Amino acid sequence: MIVEWAWEILEILWGNLIDVTPIAVVLIGFQIFVLRKKPPRPARLAVGFLYVVLGLAFFLFGLEKALFPLGETMARQLTDPAFLELGGARGPALADGPADGSAQGPAQGPAQGPAQGPDWRFYLWVYIFAAAIGFSTTAAEPALIAVALKAEDISGGGLSALGLRLAVAVGVAIGVALGAFRIITGLPLYAFIVVGYIIVIIQTVKATRGESKWIIPLAYDSGGVTTSTVTVPVVAALGLGLAEAIPGRSPLLDGFGLIAFASLFPMMTVMAYAELTDFIRRRMQARQARLIAVTQEEEEEA
Amino acid sequence: MTAQLKQFLRLLVGSVRDLAPIILVVVFFQLVVLQQPLPNLETLLAGLAFVILGLTLFMRGLEMALFPLGESMAEAFAQKGSLIALLAFAFCLGFGTTAAEPALIAVAEEASEVAAKAGVIGAALEAQEEFAFGFRVTVALSVGAAIALGVLRILKGWPIQYLIIGGYMLVVAMTVVAPEWVIGVAYDSGGVTTSTITVPLVTALGVGLASVIRGRNPITDGFGLIALASLTPMIFVMVYGVLLERTP
Repeated sequence: MIVEWAWEILEILWGNLIDVTPIAVVLIGFQIFVLRKKPPRPARLAVGFLYVVLGLAFFLFGLEKALFPLGETMARQLTDPAFLELGGARGPALADGPADGSAQGPAQGPAQGPAQGPDWRFYLWVYIFAAAIGFSTTAAEPALIAVALKAEDISGGGLSALGLRLAVAVGVAIGVALGAFRIITGLPLYAFIVVGYIIVIIQTVKATRGESKWIIPLAYDSGGVTTSTVTVPVVAALGLGLAEAIPGRSPLLDGFGLIAFASLFPMMTVMAYAELTDFIRRRMQARQARLIAVTQEEEEEA
Repeated sequence: MTAQLKQFLRLLVGSVRDLAPIILVVVFFQLVVLQQPLPNLETLLAGLAFVILGLTLFMRGLEMALFPLGESMAEAFAQKGSLIALLAFAFCLGFGTTAAEPALIAVAEEASEVAAKAGVIGAALEAQEEFAFGFRVTVALSVGAAIALGVLRILKGWPIQYLIIGGYMLVVAMTVVAPEWVIGVAYDSGGVTTSTITVPLVTALGVGLASVIRGRNPITDGFGLIALASLTPMIFVMVYGVLLERTP
């Protein structure tokens, strides 16, 4: 098994090297022919590049061995009609006894629900899974970690890398869950995207007028960063699985769109995060100012 | 050596923390919701060890190579003071990293199948390959153009939102004009262009440029390159679709 694995890793490594070659050609070509000087500490750079390529190969290999198969199986099992029917059977059963507080409760409402295929409310676990997998894959996304580190670095500690990553992960969670809802209900993709863009534009206009103007480019970037190595395979599998399992949906037409959602919503949550932190900071400052004013008054009285 | 080991351990702990949520989610759903045991536990654990080790190495390489290189090149270009050289570099970086991107190759194949089904190109393998090649060049061109435009924006200090919102309007306009079959593929192509190696390099370049150029603030002017690089492919691919429809 070890020999097999070693071959697989070498294969991925080879693929990575081919990917990196054009980047290296551009970088080295411009260093030699245009800039005409050596970059600082070239040996360290070479070792670092080796780490990047090797690290990515290990990372991808591990994902392919451990997480992707499991994530894909789980996406398939959760969208499996057998599992979903269980959810469907649970709904009407609740009508007899008192609701046990589970969110399946409202599913018994419309009587025509099960007749037209399962009601969208039967898929509670799918939404929870979609949100959880969107959140957790984003938290592990190397490109996002890189951007967040850089942002914390240059903000001089004013922005926390973890806070930014959490904001992005929450955005992807909402996006993927809503995307699952869209596939299940069959609502048109473009309507969600257009409304999403409108919200982003409103938030942008609000941000340019306020103190959180600095977040705009970072928020836009975080949209593009989320759809990368870890998130795409698992989320795409979930979309395809859902589109295949639900009657009346075609994988070709309805399967995609989860990725588009996953890059739309982080823009909103990151801007909201900046607004929130600015709001908290303003309140703290106001409180401090009041405190100082009060102590000054007391001093004057004394 | 101890310092290096400490550094490595610090990154290792960081990687474990970064991966903890995904492990928790998978274990919870498998054991509690689906109520099934974890299959091939040994493979799973070995795979996990590789993921953690890989992420740690990647982070170390990021600190050693990708960030410093992006910054030092930004500085060197600023010193050289040639706008054309800088824009050419930005374009080549965007074009080069995208043309060989494996995710893009996959989307290009998917796109050629869709195009053949829509009857825009012949069903022959040759026609499909030609289409897939044209598709990849289109996306690579769009990313090259995006990085060059983004660098120009950093130099001039234009606010990013005008470019992005303008771009969205173009996307919407093109969606109305473009043939049906190309829309889904075009939207997908926006998501595949930003690979894990490109993102840190391009980010460091943008932030580096914004820090060395007087009057620019790294946090407000340095970011935005990635956003542009995921926007332009949608527009370019839809234009490619329109052009294909028009040419008999």
